[in-house]
Amino acid sequence: MPSEHTRPHRFNTRLWLAGGWLLFALALALLAPWIAPHDPLAQDLLYGRLPPFWSEGAEPGLWLGTDSLGRDLLSRLIYGGRIAFMVAFAAATAACLVGSTLGLIAGYFGGWPDRIISRIVDIWMSFPPVLFAILLVAVLGTGLHSVIIAIAVIDWTRFCRVIRAEAMVQSRMDYVESARIAGFGRIGIMIKEVLPNVMPSIIALLSLEMGIAIIVEAILSFVNLSIATDDPTWGGLIAEGRLSIHQAWWVLVFPLIALFLTVLSFSQLGEGLKQRFDPILR
Amino acid sequence: MTPCLTITNLSATLPGGARVLRDVSLDVNPGEVRALVGESGAGKSMIGKAILGVLPSSVRQVSGEIFLDGQDLGALSASKRRILVGANVALIPQDPLTALNPSRRIGSQMTDQLIKILGWNSAKAYTRIRQLLDEVQIRDRERVLRSYPHELSGGMRQRVLIATAFAAEPKLIVADEPTTALDVTVQKQILRLIATMQRQHATAILFVTHDLGVVAKISQQVTVLYGGMIIEQAGVSDLFADPQHAYTRALLRATPRYNDPDARVEPVQPDVLAGLQNELAANDHAWEKHLG
Ligand SMILES: Nc1ncnc2c1ncn2[C@@H]1O[C@H](COP(=O)(O)OP(=O)(O)OP(=O)(O)O)[C@@H](O)[C@H]1O
Ligand SMILES: [Mg+2]
Repeated sequence: MPSEHTRPHRFNTRLWLAGGWLLFALALALLAPWIAPHDPLAQDLLYGRLPPFWSEGAEPGLWLGTDSLGRDLLSRLIYGGRIAFMVAFAAATAACLVGSTLGLIAGYFGGWPDRIISRIVDIWMSFPPVLFAILLVAVLGTGLHSVIIAIAVIDWTRFCRVIRAEAMVQSRMDYVESARIAGFGRIGIMIKEVLPNVMPSIIALLSLEMGIAIIVEAILSFVNLSIATDDPTWGGLIAEGRLSIHQAWWVLVFPLIALFLTVLSFSQLGEGLKQRFDPILR
Repeated sequence: MTPCLTITNLSATLPGGARVLRDVSLDVNPGEVRALVGESGAGKSMIGKAILGVLPSSVRQVSGEIFLDGQDLGALSASKRRILVGANVALIPQDPLTALNPSRRIGSQMTDQLIKILGWNSAKAYTRIRQLLDEVQIRDRERVLRSYPHELSGGMRQRVLIATAFAAEPKLIVADEPTTALDVTVQKQILRLIATMQRQHATAILFVTHDLGVVAKISQQVTVLYGGMIIEQAGVSDLFADPQHAYTRALLRATPRYNDPDARVEPVQPDVLAGLQNELAANDHAWEKHLG
């Protein structure tokens, strides 16, 4: 099987590119107050709709140009990253904890725990996710917390379904039987024998989910249901940019690029980490 | 002398009520090897699982007793049974790859039983395991202890599992087709290793196989199984010299001889199979009557 030997290398390049971009974006987000060249909220109508630095008419120091109110786009992007990463980490972790735990229990124990959990997942997944999110935020009220809760509440089922299937496969392996003979209890086997073998998938899903959380947050911002304050978010920037696409394309394009690269990187990172942690491929 | 394992009238059913084991009774005496022979699906592994208390959840033991050293396992609480079986019975599994957890190191898997069931501390367990690795002729044992299963060859993995099985000095080992998953070249070595270890430790073995050639080499007693039903039991020389049942004779004819590899190998004839089906039907009839 030569493909299994070449694969990890191909993914390694991607892993480093993806990890590199994420680290860079995360560092910018964390250090925003010190790094951002301008106040992201400061308006200056005299400097409205200035193009990025390479174009004619660009103003030095306003690298990516300004929006219609004269706010510095680069600074707004960097501050938007703060919210994006916060939502990504908090929502994905919460969804992962709930979904993986339930999936592990359903897949490993089977029987009635599995029937109950699978039933709930089926019902849950019959709601269209974006509509579900909008509905939830409408009920919970806008704000960072509601966005995080809404994403976790909707997306735990992703983890649950995949981890259930994998735990089910693992629990039929002979090593589980050997562990029982060697004196492990059921819970002990689930945590010490099965969990490590589904961990690569959990990590991959977690990373993928961070990307998804960023998209969902952007969608909610886009429809003006995310963070109620004036804090810039990528989705909010995209919504604004859409209105002035003909006069100032950069206001739309740069947030889109940031969003795209980050989401892509999270999914590539997930794939790469899965390969890294897979006991057989590593 | 109390047999080290006694099984009486063991029956087990699948959810539909079909029986995978039909009134199975057999003994294994201390230090003796009993071969359990039968084709795929005969229920050989089920007998091993019933002894070890790891029957699949869909399979129910509906009758019969299992005694270890005269102690009725059915009379014990689940936890007592687990400890008694864990301390006295070990398994050498069929597929050494799936029987080892891919994400745990060999050393920690080998010591599980000693620590969990016998209550040894880790240092004592590792000392013991190192002894056993020497006995199964693993040279770079420190590397092996630190390895993950996929870093070892199939033969090495099976050596590790043999060492693990003998580590707690069990009275009985269930060896479930321990060489089937291995390369032909390695099979002989592993078989010889099991035979040597068995003699040195005077351990009784229930040796599951479908290869009568192996039976002649390793065992003193033979049980022939078909469709969950015992067809014939005898000492190994008697069985080879004077098989009583037509199915056993057919199996012997179907086994290539090592001393005469050119001899014709015949498949089991249709009339023998028809006879077996009749016996199974009669057995079902008796069972239904028994249930009332
Ligand atoms: N987990 C299970 N649930 C239900 N039925 C099973 C299960 N495992 C095995 N069986 C059935 O029980 C019967 C006996 O299976 P068993 O594994 O004991 O056969 P075997 O003699 O060990 O065969 P092999 O040589 O292929 O290992 C088979 O008919 C099989 O289909
Ligand atoms: Mg079997």
